[in-house]
Amino acid sequence: MTSSFAMVGAALLFAMALTVARAVAGPTLFDRILAANSFGTKTVLLLSILGFIAGRPHFLDLALVYALINFLGVIAALKLIKFGRFSDPDPPISA
Amino acid sequence: MILALDILSWILLGTGTIFLLIGSVGLIRLPDFYTRMHAAGLIDTLGAGLILTGLMVEAGWSLNLAKLAMIVLFLLFTSPTSTHALAHAALVHGLKPWQSVKDDRQSHKMVGDKPSSP
Repeated sequence: MTSSFAMVGAALLFAMALTVARAVAGPTLFDRILAANSFGTKTVLLLSILGFIAGRPHFLDLALVYALINFLGVIAALKLIKFGRFSDPDPPISA
Repeated sequence: MILALDILSWILLGTGTIFLLIGSVGLIRLPDFYTRMHAAGLIDTLGAGLILTGLMVEAGWSLNLAKLAMIVLFLLFTSPTSTHALAHAALVHGLKPWQSVKDDRQSHKMVGDKPSSP
């Protein structure tokens, strides 16, 4: 079974290379965010596969946390683009 | 019984990998940002879903099954959300969808640009 995991891992690495190519070549900024998001999802898959190959079940926790952070990263990047800043535009603190 | 599960997980992993590769090639070859989002969505839902389901079959009734189920569930919920947020941000930012008549350069013109060619 580990050989089939290795094949899936190799395909994942190839897919990651393609995603990096899109991230580098992406004409617009949003292509790059899309490639980063897709790369993050593939990292989740790679972590899970490596967890099974190396027989380490706690890799799945890493994969889950990585999926969480990947999602947050995309949303944070989009917020930065839309509002240009993370902080509150008019903070309630007066002079 | 074990062999059946192995074959099943092998089939799931295979189809998941096929969809993964199709999505990645689509991410490269498709002409415009909005079409590439379809390929990225393909990877997130089908590719990841099938591969993780194949691992779930391999994991059997254990804690790993629960962890993998959590990952699949989380990906299924957040992938559409992030894709929607991305498309919305791109549209608001002024990225116009690609028309088959014009070539790729047209696709990243901003709103308000004078159309250079009819």
